Amino acid sequence: MTQVSSRVADDVRFVAKADYLKTLAKLRDEGFEMCADLTAVDYLTHPGRNIAAEVLGEIKLERFEIVVNLLSLSQRRRVRLRVQIAESDTTIDSAFDLYPGTEAMEREVFDMFGIKFNGHPDLTRILMPEDWQGHPLRKDYGAGNIPVQFKGAAS
Amino acid sequence: MTATENIVAPKGDEVTAAGTNEGRQELQLRKDVSAKEILRGSGAVLRMSESEVAALAGTQSEDQTMIINMGPQHPSTHGVLRLMLELSGETVLRCKPVIGYLHTGMEKTGESLTFMQGGTNVTRMDYASPLNNELVFALTTEKLLGIDQDIPERATWIRMLLSELNRISSHLLFMATNGMDIGAVSMMLYGFREREEVLRFFQKVTGLRMNHNFIRPGGVAADLPAGWRDEVLKLLEALPPRLAEYEILMTGQPIWRERLQGVGVITRDEAIALSATGPILRSTGLSWDLRRDMPYLRYDKVEFDVIVGSYGDAFDRYSIRLNEIRESMRIVRQVLDAMPQGDYRIQDKKVTPPPRGRIDESMEALIHHFKIFTEGFKVPEGEAYVAIESPRGEIACYIASDGSATPYRMHVRAPSFINIQTMPHMMRGGLVADAVAVISSVDPVLGEVDR
Repeated sequence: MTQVSSRVADDVRFVAKADYLKTLAKLRDEGFEMCADLTAVDYLTHPGRNIAAEVLGEIKLERFEIVVNLLSLSQRRRVRLRVQIAESDTTIDSAFDLYPGTEAMEREVFDMFGIKFNGHPDLTRILMPEDWQGHPLRKDYGAGNIPVQFKGAAS
Repeated sequence: MTATENIVAPKGDEVTAAGTNEGRQELQLRKDVSAKEILRGSGAVLRMSESEVAALAGTQSEDQTMIINMGPQHPSTHGVLRLMLELSGETVLRCKPVIGYLHTGMEKTGESLTFMQGGTNVTRMDYASPLNNELVFALTTEKLLGIDQDIPERATWIRMLLSELNRISSHLLFMATNGMDIGAVSMMLYGFREREEVLRFFQKVTGLRMNHNFIRPGGVAADLPAGWRDEVLKLLEALPPRLAEYEILMTGQPIWRERLQGVGVITRDEAIALSATGPILRSTGLSWDLRRDMPYLRYDKVEFDVIVGSYGDAFDRYSIRLNEIRESMRIVRQVLDAMPQGDYRIQDKKVTPPPRGRIDESMEALIHHFKIFTEGFKVPEGEAYVAIESPRGEIACYIASDGSATPYRMHVRAPSFINIQTMPHMMRGGLVADAVAVISSVDPVLGEVDR
């Protein structure tokens, strides 16, 4: 685990996927009682993201990134975890058992990015219809790309 | 669904191809769900082990219960919220909110709008408190630009004035809808009437009643109009007697108390575990308000109290919001006294268009103006998360920038979206009629839930 202060001075930490739950459990014991936000970013067209090598350490940048914002009510501070998810294996452990509030957020990430959370009690699409194909917030999913159909027209 | 069949599924979609049939989002029969899901549905994420729940799950036989749909079109669901309730007689055993009926992909849209245009997008999310949405988006952009310390004082205080007035108008809307849901129908008219007074002030300042796009990266769009101080004073004078009327109509009334007290109870630990913020968290007795605990703008310079409840029920949440109107008025009064003179936006040529007068006389100014509004300004690479206290709780914006003029990813942490998770916990064991009171006391704005 590497700790940095970014240009904007947030507490941001890069965490290896294998250590994800361990780190969360440790931070929860340190007083981060609430998981304020959990989201993801698809870095398909911006793979570099300008991060210094010493910040990353062992961690290799991948296409997807899970971004978790934890909040400590008692210490009045925040920490942000960034976890890399490879395109070849879009699964990660669910934080549901540690922070039950991530339930809807993980469903949203699953819906929008197609990242699967192991151990989530009810991993279904939350915003899109059940039978929707594709994951809208992925960068290779074009906005407004629904083909216009003319029924019965000669093709 | 012919439109969806024709979408070419992007690569890597196999993970979802299985098990996404129509209906999986809905409340499932007990025999079809895992013990863990029952555990969550029973609102017992903190207390029970899986085996305890498995034992509990067996006590209800399916033929004695009924699953009914409430919504998406139902007057008490504040928009298009759909709740599936499992009932045993009149008692709610399980509840599952089904959302997404208002999903328009605003986060995706945000990726193709410049930072200049982004405000028009985010302001439409929580349409009951649009100025708070604009504020959080502007603060995040400024943080990425590195100009968050250079915003002129006057702009900051104008932002605070509008943010607090917006809190008042949003809570007045809550008073109206909450009254209507519980059966005090005349309250709906009173609430909307007072809210309209606040919106009229917004119209004078921003030109629009809602969806203002007034708070922009770098400051605000225009200075306050002449006579704004009198308008605000008129508001501050008109509101207290009206609030006193609300107290007579609702707070002291036995029927009102009967309908709300002890309904939709949530404990402090549950609220924290479920990431609930705002009046829901404060109703459990936890004094947590970002304005005081992690101050932004100049909230450290004004005096106000954080209102907390003690029982975590719907009545606490009602009375917290009523008293927060009073606290917001207290802040507004201090803002009136402290409002400094000066610029209403940062004088940084990179993000600020030239004044209108200069455009007529200078070609450079015209080009500059044109470039800012067509191409926008470039924001350095990086990512930032900024959270503020909206009327509904912690609203936050996460922006990842790739150095271009549009956000690479723009995510809004919508308080309503997260707070909706507390509904199953509040409703369990209650009556169907109380379910309406619970929805109302969570005060979700569906535009923000679905984004």
